[in-house]
Amino acid sequence: MGGMFHLVRKNLGRKKLRTLFTLLSVVIAFILFALLGGLNRAFTAGVELAGADRLVTMHKVSFIQLMPISYVARVEGMDGVRAATHYTWFGGYFQDPKQQFGLFPTNLEKLSDIYPEYEMPPDQREHLMETRTGLLVGRAMADLYGWEAGDQVPIFSSIYPKRDGSYAWEFEIAAIFTGTGNTADEMQAFMHYDYFNEARQFGQDMIGWIVTRIEDPELADTVSGAIDARFANSPTETKTSTEAGFAASFAAQFGNIGLIVQMILGCVFFTLLLISGNTMAQAVRERTGELAVLKTIGFSDARVTGMVLAESLLVAVVGGVIGLLIGGLFVTGAASALAQFFPGLAMSSGTLLWGLMLAVALGLVTGAWPAWRAARLDVIDAMGRR
Amino acid sequence: MEQILVITLQNLKSIPGRLGTSLVAVVGVAGVVAVLVAVLSMARGFENTLESGTSPGNVIVLRSGSSSELDSGFQGDQARIIAQAEQLALVSPEVYVIVDLEKKSSQTQANVPMRGVGADAAAIRSDFRIIDGRMFEPGRRELVAGRGAADQFAGLAVGNTLEFGTERWDVVGIFESGGGSAESELWTDSATLQGAYRRGNSFSVVYGRLDDPGRFTEFKDALTSDPQLSVRVERESEYFAEQSRALSTFVSVVGYGIAVLMALGALFGALNTMYTAVSDRAREIATLRALGFTPVAIVVSVMAEAMLLALAGGLIGAGLAWLLFNGFTVSTLNFSSFSQVVFAFAVTPGLLVQGIVIALIIGLVGGLAPAIRAARMPIVSALRE
Repeated sequence: MGGMFHLVRKNLGRKKLRTLFTLLSVVIAFILFALLGGLNRAFTAGVELAGADRLVTMHKVSFIQLMPISYVARVEGMDGVRAATHYTWFGGYFQDPKQQFGLFPTNLEKLSDIYPEYEMPPDQREHLMETRTGLLVGRAMADLYGWEAGDQVPIFSSIYPKRDGSYAWEFEIAAIFTGTGNTADEMQAFMHYDYFNEARQFGQDMIGWIVTRIEDPELADTVSGAIDARFANSPTETKTSTEAGFAASFAAQFGNIGLIVQMILGCVFFTLLLISGNTMAQAVRERTGELAVLKTIGFSDARVTGMVLAESLLVAVVGGVIGLLIGGLFVTGAASALAQFFPGLAMSSGTLLWGLMLAVALGLVTGAWPAWRAARLDVIDAMGRR
Repeated sequence: MEQILVITLQNLKSIPGRLGTSLVAVVGVAGVVAVLVAVLSMARGFENTLESGTSPGNVIVLRSGSSSELDSGFQGDQARIIAQAEQLALVSPEVYVIVDLEKKSSQTQANVPMRGVGADAAAIRSDFRIIDGRMFEPGRRELVAGRGAADQFAGLAVGNTLEFGTERWDVVGIFESGGGSAESELWTDSATLQGAYRRGNSFSVVYGRLDDPGRFTEFKDALTSDPQLSVRVERESEYFAEQSRALSTFVSVVGYGIAVLMALGALFGALNTMYTAVSDRAREIATLRALGFTPVAIVVSVMAEAMLLALAGGLIGAGLAWLLFNGFTVSTLNFSSFSQVVFAFAVTPGLLVQGIVIALIIGLVGGLAPAIRAARMPIVSALRE
């Protein structure tokens, strides 16, 4: 076995430049694969974060239409509902109106009933509940803007003026929460609905949408149907879907763009694989004569096949691993730079695993044909051809 | 000179004998060019849509601090003050909302913009034209749909009735508007939309056309200095350029990023092809050198082959991108306005040229090192191989 490895190494070292170029094109193919994985994840981040036991109810016509807050209690009283709370789009921005972020007036007391995955220090939680202008901020967002607990920050709303006509709202950063590790959920902030409702100039007692946690995820369709039926034929009809369904349909709004970028990356990936695969196959083809010699001196068919396969596998896996590592670094770097516009960009273990499997597959596929030929090689014929 | 010509021609004639490896180089380059052109044509198409249909004399007035038409808003009396500005020849206070419609391609709900317009709205948008059916009648629950919207979203055919919540709307016409973003929208009369959406007498934005495009600064100063108003005044073209910036920057960055990486990959493919080509013919080249052909002639011949393969790849790639993508219509959510924009990919001559230039660069770089190696090969040992 050791001897075989030696031969493989020598073979690869024979034309160092070619091996290097082949390796590099495999590396680049896998860098692109890692980017594709990161991008794909960003477009579907919401789906990944969605809880199976959460429903989203909004105005039937569009999410920009508001609903009466009384609906929350009515939903909460329904069968199969564990807890319900509400959100409103505040259109918050810190300094640059072009960089709006998710700031939601909500019932903070109930937030952890609905989103048990958000964690914060108990003393901060207590302080948050006592502070009317307290703001609960995700770790990623706090880091982005350099906020610490206790800071006083003015945040502007692009929609709601206060009674005095000013769009600037004062907040104290009362608590900072950490989420699931996917930065998308930490790029949000939550404020007390009471502060919002009493201080705003219009829209009193109206809310954006309701999030419900249900007792049994299996009954999601039944419960959402019951909610919509409850409000049918009222002035404000509703549309309820699972959180995952809501996130998926939101992701589908970008729809074509995400799909097109992915399709293009897929084409790129396969073009590069074609290039490197062909070169690898060619490297074996050139050595037909030598393989015949090896067989003449007693190498078994299986051993020759194994040697050829090992060679292409080595290039593919080494190139694949290097590519995935570089791509992963790149995605991680881009994720922190683009956190604001593109939360959820991250390298997932699934992408890594798929990448490794593809690398092995690449090695096998590019090595298979030459290996098969090598095994079937007729010694006399091949020697004669030389 | 004659040497160069003879050897290059001979070289090129031998390509069919090395078809396999040459094809790989061609395919690699074609892939790079096709992808680059396709991605950039998407960004270009999006920009085109938001910029066309605008005219230099057109202005848009939003509430100051608002980021788009969706979160802008005025009370009726403020809208009236703006509308009465003496610099405006035409004016249309408008209500901008979003309705959910099903996207034909994916059968999912999408945010489609719906606009309640004033009487001058059609005159302000240059090239506004009803291409099917008729214009809506003010005061009735009727709407006209932009050509792009009708193409991408379900239910927008003349004679159809749409249900938004408890409201029913008749689709009475389809319009076009010079390929601009209005074609992604549904239009109705502003008072009707205010009623349906319980907007009282409030408006989202005011569109207008100046009697003289040169009076923009005067118009802007007049409104921004009015103590009764707190507004943001922009030329329509600038407003839309800004709305397209986020998405087109994203697409361009992704596009160029992929293209650069991929160009590197294709470069390695080209290098391999050319090195193989040179080493396959080591003996032939050595013979030529022994016969008195100069190293320069050898370099030129190898480079010519590399460039020609790259050019072929570039042309194929550019052609593919043009065939597959030019005019390909899609819709996406514009981050800035939070509503759907329908646009067509635009494969412009400029992009095609860019793609072919990249192909030639790959050929140049990929051919240079092998060419030099060929020219510097020691004649005696190469002959002995």
